[in-house]
Amino acid sequence: MTDLTQLGVKDIRDGVRDGTFTAREVAESLNAAVADAAALNAFIVTTPDHALAAADAVDAARASGETLGAMAGVPIGMKDLFATNGVQTTAASHILEGFTPRYESTVSQKLWDAGAGMLGKLNLDQFAMGSSNETSYFGNVASPWRKDGSNQPMSPGGSSGGSSSAVAARIAPAATGTDTGGSIRQPAAFTGICGIKPTYGRCSRWGVVAFASSLDQAGPMARSVEDCAIMLGAMAGFDPKDSTSLQMDVPDWEGALSADLRGKRVGIPREYRMEGTDQAILDSWEQGKAWLKDAGAEIVDVSLPHTKYALPAYYIIAPAEASSNLARYDGVRYGLRDLPEPGSGAGASGSGLQDMYAATRAAGFGDEVKRRILIGTYVLSAGFYDAYYTQAQKVRALVARDFERAFEQCDVILAPTTPTASFPLGSMNADPLTMYLNDVFAVPASLAGLPAMSVPATINADGLPLGLQLVGRPFDEQGVLNAGLAIQQRAGFAAKPEKWW
Amino acid sequence: MSNYRIQGATGEWEVVIGLEVHAQVTSNSKLFSGAATAFGAEPNSQVSLVDAAMPGMLPVLNRECVRQAVRTGMAIDAQINAWSRFDRKNYFYADLPQGYQISQLYHPIVGEGQLLIEADEKAGIPEDKIIGIERIHIEQDAGKLMHDQHPTMSYVDLNRSGVALMEIVSRPDMRSPAEAGAYVRKLRAILRYVGSCDGNMEEGSMRADVNVSVRRPGEEFGTRTETKNVNSVRFVMQTIEHEAMRQVDVLEAGGKIVQETRLFDPGTGTTRTMRSKEDAHDYRYFPDPDLLPLVLEEDFLAECRASLPELPDAKRTRYTDVLGLTPYNARELTAEVETFARFETLLAETAKAIGKDEAKVATQVANWSLSVAPGVMKAIGDEGDPANATAAAQASILAMADKGEISGGQAKEIFEIVLKTGREPSEIADAEGLKQVSDTGAIEAAVDAIIAANADKVEQYRGGKEALFGFFVGQTMKAMQGKANPGVVNQLLKDKLG
Repeated sequence: MTDLTQLGVKDIRDGVRDGTFTAREVAESLNAAVADAAALNAFIVTTPDHALAAADAVDAARASGETLGAMAGVPIGMKDLFATNGVQTTAASHILEGFTPRYESTVSQKLWDAGAGMLGKLNLDQFAMGSSNETSYFGNVASPWRKDGSNQPMSPGGSSGGSSSAVAARIAPAATGTDTGGSIRQPAAFTGICGIKPTYGRCSRWGVVAFASSLDQAGPMARSVEDCAIMLGAMAGFDPKDSTSLQMDVPDWEGALSADLRGKRVGIPREYRMEGTDQAILDSWEQGKAWLKDAGAEIVDVSLPHTKYALPAYYIIAPAEASSNLARYDGVRYGLRDLPEPGSGAGASGSGLQDMYAATRAAGFGDEVKRRILIGTYVLSAGFYDAYYTQAQKVRALVARDFERAFEQCDVILAPTTPTASFPLGSMNADPLTMYLNDVFAVPASLAGLPAMSVPATINADGLPLGLQLVGRPFDEQGVLNAGLAIQQRAGFAAKPEKWW
Repeated sequence: MSNYRIQGATGEWEVVIGLEVHAQVTSNSKLFSGAATAFGAEPNSQVSLVDAAMPGMLPVLNRECVRQAVRTGMAIDAQINAWSRFDRKNYFYADLPQGYQISQLYHPIVGEGQLLIEADEKAGIPEDKIIGIERIHIEQDAGKLMHDQHPTMSYVDLNRSGVALMEIVSRPDMRSPAEAGAYVRKLRAILRYVGSCDGNMEEGSMRADVNVSVRRPGEEFGTRTETKNVNSVRFVMQTIEHEAMRQVDVLEAGGKIVQETRLFDPGTGTTRTMRSKEDAHDYRYFPDPDLLPLVLEEDFLAECRASLPELPDAKRTRYTDVLGLTPYNARELTAEVETFARFETLLAETAKAIGKDEAKVATQVANWSLSVAPGVMKAIGDEGDPANATAAAQASILAMADKGEISGGQAKEIFEIVLKTGREPSEIADAEGLKQVSDTGAIEAAVDAIIAANADKVEQYRGGKEALFGFFVGQTMKAMQGKANPGVVNQLLKDKLG
C-alpha cells in the first residue's frame, strides 16, 4: 500500500476522489506522522480531530455523490498566524499564548470550504519576524535537513519555518505560509519545497495576525508547483472585509499550467549578482537559465537599479507598520496581562495603566519583536519621519518602477531565492543584520507587491537544498507558476531529508 | 470688528479663539465596522471584532460616513478633496483598542470653507462676520473609561470605539466668547440642517476643543492653550472667558503662557492643566496601510450636492425677502431644524386653509409660532399635551382668526382647549361659544340700544369729546358678551355716532 504521507496535494485529492483511498486514511496517516515528529517542533498545537472531522465530511460527501472541493481530503498545516475558530492562535508569541479566537480567517475558511482539514497550528518566527524560526516563544523549529554527515540542527528558514519543516519532512502535504519580506520563499528554498507569494491583495489578510500590512501576503507551501497552484486557487479571492483585497476573479491556475515557455522572455537582473552569494547558488542560477531556455524561453538581461536600497527600505517600512500593528497587544482586552504588584515603601502607589503596559509588553514580546517595534517607533517619530519613513516610501516606489521597466523587456524574472543555503540554528544570532541579509533577494518583490515563487533547483555540496526564485508581473501568478513548472520538470529535484526525528 | 477687550492692569488685551469641533456623524454603523452606534446602550454591547482590535481584524470604510462629511463640507462652501487618505495617530490608552486612532492628518477629505455668524447687537456681535474653516476630516472616536465601578480598577466601555467623528477645524478668526458661541450654534444648526450630526451636546455628539490666546490689539498672535472636550455652548464661552483672564493675569505678572492642553471644570467654570507640551505625545502619524486612498467620483459628489437641503443662510434670506418676515423672526425661525420644520408645515397648512399665498399669511403664522402658541403652552404647562398641537389644528385656528370668526383672545382660548383635550378647534369654537359675532343685525341692535341709553354721552361725543368712542366700544362689547367682531363694532359705531 502507498505511504499516504509521501503524497502531495494533487495525488491525495485525486486519490480520494477516485476512491483509491479514503480521506480518513490520509488524515490518520498524517496525524500519526505529525505525532511522530515532535522533535522538529514544527507544530505549536496539533489538531488531529479537526483533520479527521474534515476527512469524514469529505468521505461522506463523496459517498453521497457530491462534487468535491479543490482541496477535498487534503489535511494541511496552518501557520499559527491565521486565526482559527476555537483553536489557539498565538503568532508564536507569549503575549497571545492561550488566545483562542471566536472567528476564522478568510483564507483558512476558504481552505476548509474547499475540503481541507487541519493537522495543527504551525510554529513560526514570533509575529512572523525572523528568517530562521529562532524567535518563536515556543522554541526553534528544526529543519528535517541536515548537512551530510552532521547532526547539527539546521534552520528551516523563517518566518514560515514550521510550514517548511513540516512539508519537507512529509508530515504535511502542504501548509499555509505568509510572506512579508520573503517568509514563504526563503524557508521554501531552505527546505527543498515550493512556495508562492501571490500578488499583494490576492489572498485576504482578514484574520491574519498583522506584521506589516502593506506587505503581508498569504500563500501556499507544498512540494510541487502543481500543488501550489491548486492550493493558491483555494486560498485566493476577493474579500470585502479586507480593503486592500483585489477585486478580481481567481484564474484556474492549475488548469492553465504549462511548462512550454516558447515566446516568453526571462529577465536576469544584473544587480542580483551580489557579493556574499554562495558560488553554488550562482551556479544554480546559471543552471536555471539553461533550463528555462530549454523550455523555449528567451533569456534577457534586465536591470533593477534600486535593488541595493530595497532591504534598508524594507527594514524601515515593515518595522514602522509593525510598531503600530502590535500596539493592540496591551494586556487590556485579551492575551497576556502582567499587572505588577504595587511597589512598597515611601511614595509607593498602586500600579497603573502604564505599569501594566510596560510589564505586559516586556514579558509578552520576544527580543526580535521588541527590536522591530523600537526601530519602527524611531523611524516614525517626530524629526525622523521624513528622513526614514518618507525616504523609504520613495525607495519603495523606485523599486516598483524598476520592476515595471524590467517587465517591458521580459515576462518573468529569474533570480536566486537566497544568497546562501540553510545555516545551523544558533549560528546567526549574534548579528541581526547578517540575518536580515538573507532576505536580500526576496524583499524587492515584496516591496513591489509582485507574485514571486521559490522552487527547488538542486542540492549543494553539503547536501542542502537550494531554491530559485521567479518574479512575475502584477496578477501574473500563472507566468510565475509556469516558469516554476519548467524548472521543476528539468531540475528533477528528488532529494529528501533522511528521517532522523 | 469685535470690540471685546479685556481690561488688564497694563492696558487692553484682545482674545484670539479657534475651535476644533468634534461632531459625531449620524450613521447606523461605525466608521470602519458594522457595529451599531445608538447612544445609551449597555456597555460593550455595540462592539465588533474590529472595534475591539482583535488580532487580524481590518477596517472597512463606511461610505455613509464619507457621504455625510462631504455634504457637511459642501454646506460650508468648502473645497471637497476628491483624493484623501487615512492616517494612523498612534498612542496608548485603555480606551483605544488598536493603539492608534484612524484619522486624516495629511490629506483631509474637506479643505477650506467658511461660516457666517450674524450680527447680534445684544450679544456683542455688532455686524455679520465670516469665520474661516480650515478643514474637516473624519476619524474614529475612542471608547470610554469608567472609574467608578470598582475600588481599584477602571472599566472600559467600547460602544463608542470606532464611531465616526468629523473634526471641524476653524481658523483663529473669533475674537470674543460671543463670537465663539455664535459659531458653535451656527455650526450646530448647519450640521442639523444637513443631517450629518444630531448636534446633541449633552450626549457628547458634539464637543469642542477650545484654542485661546491673548495679545495686545493688532500685535502678533500669542501662545495658545487648548482646552479639550468642552460640551456646551455656555461652557465654550466660560472656557474662553476664564482662560483669557488667566492668560492676561499670567502675562501681566511677567510670566509666559505655556503651550499646553487644559481641561474645563464645569463645576467651577475654570480650566486646569492636563498636560504640557513637554509631555505631549509624539503621535507618529503615518498612512494607514490597511486602507486605500479615498477617491470620490464625480457622480458621488453630484449626488451629495443634490441631496443638500436649503441651508440656514439661504432660508433666512428667503424668509425676509420672500415671506416678508422681520429679520428677528427670520433668525428665530431658522435657528433650529425643528422650529423651521414646524413653521413651514404650519405655514403651508394655514395658507391652504385660508386660501391665500404663503407670503400673505407668513407674518401671522410667524407671530403665532414664535409668540402666541409658545405663550399658551407655557401658561398651561403640564396640563397640555404638545402632541395635540397639530399643524391642522393650529391652521384651523389661524384661519378662523383670519376670517374674523374668532378674536385673538378666543384663538388662545381655543388653542388651550386643543392642547388639553385634542378636540377640533371649530367644534370647540361652536360648542364653547368662542366665536365673535360679525352679524351686523345683532350688533346694530346692541349699538342702537346703547346709543339710546346714553344720550348724554352721545351729545358730549358729538360735541368733540372723541375719547368717549372707547366707552361705546366697551359698552357694545359688554352687551355682546365680548363676542362681537371689533371691526364690525367700530364701523357701526362710527356710522351711527356720525
